[in-house]
Amino acid sequence: MSGRATMVCLVLVLGGAAVMAALNLATPAASALHVPAYAVSLAGKYLCYAMLAVAVDLVWGFAGILSLGHAAFFALGGYAMGMYLMRQIGTRGVYGNAVLPDFMVFLNWKSLPWYWYGFDHPAFAVAMVLLVPGVLALVFGWLAFRSRVGGVYLSIITQALTYALLLAFFRNDMGFGGNNGLTDFKDMFSIPLHLDSTRDGLLLATAVLLAAELLVARHVVTSRFGKVLIAVRDSESRTRFLGYRPESYKLFVFVLSAVMAGVGGALYVPQVGIINPGEFAPANSIEAVIWVAVGGRGTLVGAVLGAVLVNLGKTFFTATLPDLWLFALGALFILVTLLLPGGLLGLGRRRPRAAPVTQAPEPAE
Amino acid sequence: MTTRDTLLYLDGVTVTFDGFRALNALSLVLEQGEMRAVIGPNGAGKTTMMDVITGRTRPDTGRVVFGRDTDLTRLDEPAIAALGIGRKFQKPTVFEPHTVWDNLLLALAGDRRPRFTLWARQSAEERTRIEAILATIRLADHARRRAGDLSHGQKQWLEIGMLLAQEPQLLLVDEPVAGMTDAETEQTAELLREINRSRSVVVVEHDMAFVRALGVRVTVLHEGAVLSEGSIDHVSADPRVVEVYLGR
Repeated sequence: MSGRATMVCLVLVLGGAAVMAALNLATPAASALHVPAYAVSLAGKYLCYAMLAVAVDLVWGFAGILSLGHAAFFALGGYAMGMYLMRQIGTRGVYGNAVLPDFMVFLNWKSLPWYWYGFDHPAFAVAMVLLVPGVLALVFGWLAFRSRVGGVYLSIITQALTYALLLAFFRNDMGFGGNNGLTDFKDMFSIPLHLDSTRDGLLLATAVLLAAELLVARHVVTSRFGKVLIAVRDSESRTRFLGYRPESYKLFVFVLSAVMAGVGGALYVPQVGIINPGEFAPANSIEAVIWVAVGGRGTLVGAVLGAVLVNLGKTFFTATLPDLWLFALGALFILVTLLLPGGLLGLGRRRPRAAPVTQAPEPAE
Repeated sequence: MTTRDTLLYLDGVTVTFDGFRALNALSLVLEQGEMRAVIGPNGAGKTTMMDVITGRTRPDTGRVVFGRDTDLTRLDEPAIAALGIGRKFQKPTVFEPHTVWDNLLLALAGDRRPRFTLWARQSAEERTRIEAILATIRLADHARRRAGDLSHGQKQWLEIGMLLAQEPQLLLVDEPVAGMTDAETEQTAELLREINRSRSVVVVEHDMAFVRALGVRVTVLHEGAVLSEGSIDHVSADPRVVEVYLGR
């Protein structure tokens, strides 16, 4: 995870997004250089997935916390943004109710549930995008890390967490639109969402926030904190006897990672135009782990690379050979695990094992 | 019983695992500045004793008093480490992906909280201390190497260096010379004596030649209790010790 790889990644993400947005706006639709609006939104979606992947890599690659429920934080951030977008619809809904979203009118609800209060204010909604995933991660992590739950047990609990949320959000009584979720958005910050320029703006915003996320994550893992974190990952009890409290380190990074995932989800919703309980599906979280494994665990940049490449593949496969996609994904994961333990980035910088030739060949220990 | 010069006092400590008595009303007194060797056959309770002192295992009954009146049985591992008790494991556990330098940096006594380490910059004082330790453990030429690439003996030394960096009052060392060459063993004995000039040390060891070379008071554990205590010549002449080691 060198500084140069990070720089290259930042340039590609920011530059790529800027070029796509510019070509979408500045070239006529007939031009060979024209980037259609759907491609802009697709790229934006990939970058949102990349934000989730970086969040997963931060906890898995550097703290050894294999969270198989990280898409839950992504979806919660998405729902918080979706609730704001729903309130923005106002009287333009099918039922024309100024306060109640369509699905509430449909369910014969007379008033807005208390937990929908405030979501008409953008600042409040943004605060919730950060707070809801963050607080859930804080409570969950505090309970899990304090009682020293780790390894595969923690992975299973995170799966249970996202599955429980999936079931809860499916219920109409929860007040989040049940099976259909939240959709039919019109405006964001009073700007119409259907405009090309809005899509370009969202892609650029996603690229900038992904870049910011990468820089924050990089600061965390290269600081002394990050060194402790890697020490915790490799030898937790040893760090305890050195006087560190691994649970504090894990909790901090877990909450930070959940907030990052939530921001990714919040940017995802206006770009795909819908958020529904399917985002909580356990398979989504597992897919995010596969992106990281493919790109290279513990490299941050690899997470971005893996998320974009695997999702490009997914877009291609599900359009041409939809039945084969899950097999392809499974095969990819097995191949990467067996043949490329360092992921794609590991290919580029195989550690020069033979470099310090002053040593005799290491005996098998 | 706790006099001014007592550093560590185990008072009737009993630990049972599923009915097996790993420690059986063990009592032991360590003086300030003392070095003590603890020997005993497998299953005598040596490692469990270390676990109790460092907070990994809570005893069923008994007290462990550190210094004047700190009861260690109420504290967890990081709190006990912060009091100044360092522990070296039998299998060298250094942080393999980090350099030798960073291993020592993480071990240096200082603020351990995330809010500090997130923004910490290496100070000149820290650099000086790490350089001094590197000289002591003879790894100055290897400071920038990955700890995982060190030889077995070098890892053991790095771990001892990490303990020094913690600036503990009391060092618990579990089988420091296991797997070492004769030359390394000798150097380790030298190193431990050097450390003992300013700190108390408890060494658990199987290697009788090494214990003899240390030339310190020896405690023999058997079935979770003290069987015999005294100089190495005294305990090796004790018929009960001979019985435990050679009999049956």
